[in-house]
Amino acid sequence: MSSLKRRLFLILLAATGAIWLCATGWIYVSSRSELEHVLDTRLQEAARMVHSLVAGGNIAAAAQAATLPEAAYERQLSCQIWSLDGRLVAKSGGAPDEALAGPAEGFSERVVNGEPWRVYTILDPGKGVRVMVGDRIGLRDRLVRDLVAGLLAPVVLIVPLLGLLIWISLGRGLKPLHAVASDIATRDGEDMRPVAPAEAPAEIRPLLEAINGLFAKVEAARRQERDVTAFAAHELRTPLAGLKTQAQIALAAHDAPTREGALRQILISVDRTTRLVRQLLALAKLEGTPSPPADTAGETDAGALLRDIVRQTARPGATQVVLEDALDALKLKGDREALHLLLRNLHENAVEHMAGGGTIAWRPCAGGLCVEDEGPGIPEEELPLVTRRFYRGRSRSGSGSGLGLTIATMAAARAGARLTLENRGDRHGLRATVVWLRGAA
Amino acid sequence: MRILVVEDDPILMDGLKVGLGLAGATVDDVATCADARAALAAGRFDAVVLDVMLPDGSGLDVLATLRARGDATPVLLLTALDEPPDRVRGLDGGADDYLGKPFDLDELAARVRAIARRGHGRAGPLLRAGALVLDPATLSATLDGQAIALSRREFAVLSALMERPGVIRSRMEIEERLYGWQEEVESNAVEVHIHNLRAKVGREAIETVRGLGYRVRGPA
Repeated sequence: MSSLKRRLFLILLAATGAIWLCATGWIYVSSRSELEHVLDTRLQEAARMVHSLVAGGNIAAAAQAATLPEAAYERQLSCQIWSLDGRLVAKSGGAPDEALAGPAEGFSERVVNGEPWRVYTILDPGKGVRVMVGDRIGLRDRLVRDLVAGLLAPVVLIVPLLGLLIWISLGRGLKPLHAVASDIATRDGEDMRPVAPAEAPAEIRPLLEAINGLFAKVEAARRQERDVTAFAAHELRTPLAGLKTQAQIALAAHDAPTREGALRQILISVDRTTRLVRQLLALAKLEGTPSPPADTAGETDAGALLRDIVRQTARPGATQVVLEDALDALKLKGDREALHLLLRNLHENAVEHMAGGGTIAWRPCAGGLCVEDEGPGIPEEELPLVTRRFYRGRSRSGSGSGLGLTIATMAAARAGARLTLENRGDRHGLRATVVWLRGAA
Repeated sequence: MRILVVEDDPILMDGLKVGLGLAGATVDDVATCADARAALAAGRFDAVVLDVMLPDGSGLDVLATLRARGDATPVLLLTALDEPPDRVRGLDGGADDYLGKPFDLDELAARVRAIARRGHGRAGPLLRAGALVLDPATLSATLDGQAIALSRREFAVLSALMERPGVIRSRMEIEERLYGWQEEVESNAVEVHIHNLRAKVGREAIETVRGLGYRVRGPA
């Protein structure tokens, strides 16, 4: 993990350092050229002065005079006066014996005795002399170096100070980030309050808003989970109370019929509770798993699936189930498990409301299939409510969990279909229609 | 003891009816708020066992209407919602007791007996009249310390009279205590039970007030 502070610090330090370096380089180059210019001018002037002295006849004094003004700076200049025929006429003290320059007039550079020199030469054919005034380049470089070193010395002192300053400023600048981080870090897992983005700097506001969005989503998911769990716990309590009461009666009853009655009630209750638990698990599964992509889902034979379901849910009674032959030709799209949940819960719902007997009819219809029962139907004002979790209706038959139609609706969505409930127009009863959204099943 | 049970789960309802019956109570059952209101308006009950989450509303609303019209019938709330705030809301809403599901049948019976007893203005668990002592918890009776065997119905008749000693109870009132709505009332059942009771506890213990009903004399 990289530290933003360290990263910023290094970047700022490098940038500042680079700017300082460039500035220093620039100063070095420009000082050097300025200095060269000044020194060259001096060479030229010295050469002219010597030449004018030579022209006056005082050759030895002339060679010496050229170096005098420079006594303070280590005899920097050296002077040679040559005759045109190549004889050294005079030289300043400390000047080498070898010629400092070639025969040409003007500026030139040459290595003499392993030392580089910069020389200005004046040729005077009238007097028959050649005046050469030279500078050691090593000395010139030392001058430039000293100048630049004088400039760099404060930099070396300032850079650590600057670094410290940058470090402290970064600490202060990043304080809001730390505040937000410690706010989030010190929370317990339950605390999903939004992080206050209003007080945060604009740069991290998008991040905070994203975090808050995530918080909200997590909180909503958890609330739903809590709701379902709380509902489930409450829903299980009543059947458990019934079971316990009936068991206590079976234990306490003195006569066989009471005991048998209680035991029978226990059996019925266990069946219903089993179904409730199965439905809760189905609901949890439907809510918990993301829906599979539609194109990977296979096709299921409606007739075969319904025959399976009718066999699984068969119970003794006067209820008849009619499966139209055309269902065998109907292929249903979607996840097989979702289809099974959908059709099974619709079928169970129909069976549930047919205590008085009658016919449950499954048949294909435009874009899907439908089932009609001959139960009491659902009061119109309750139709929009019955697919809510645990909604049982005012005229409940008593044994439903209030989850069947919720599961059917969710399973239909999972299978890429939509469930519609309506009361039958022709007689008492409910018609549940499943229509596939993308083309017929 | 005649009790109204308001509960929408058929198996629990059956259990309460049979279980409280075994504890000596006559139970009337309804499954919705509307039926509960109608039953409470029509009949007199010694206690009400009321579920809170009912298909057509909240039992708390039924309780509120009951208390609003000044009915002091003892009410025990029996519900899956038994967090402390739910209990507080129920008790402050006029309930006399609160029991969460699932519960113990014996405890429920004892609590119902307790609130019914308070409803009759009595604190002691035993019913006394002269030498006769009834224990509603065990459905047992003693006369001068000697146990006497009473049938469930005989016990119900005798306890109806002994709950308010000195007060005349009509035949109708006693019948109400004996039979739930669904039960067929035998025409001269009360007379037969009184006759049998007199044979067991003594003629003078139960007095016939001609044209009005029966009464037992208050404790000596």
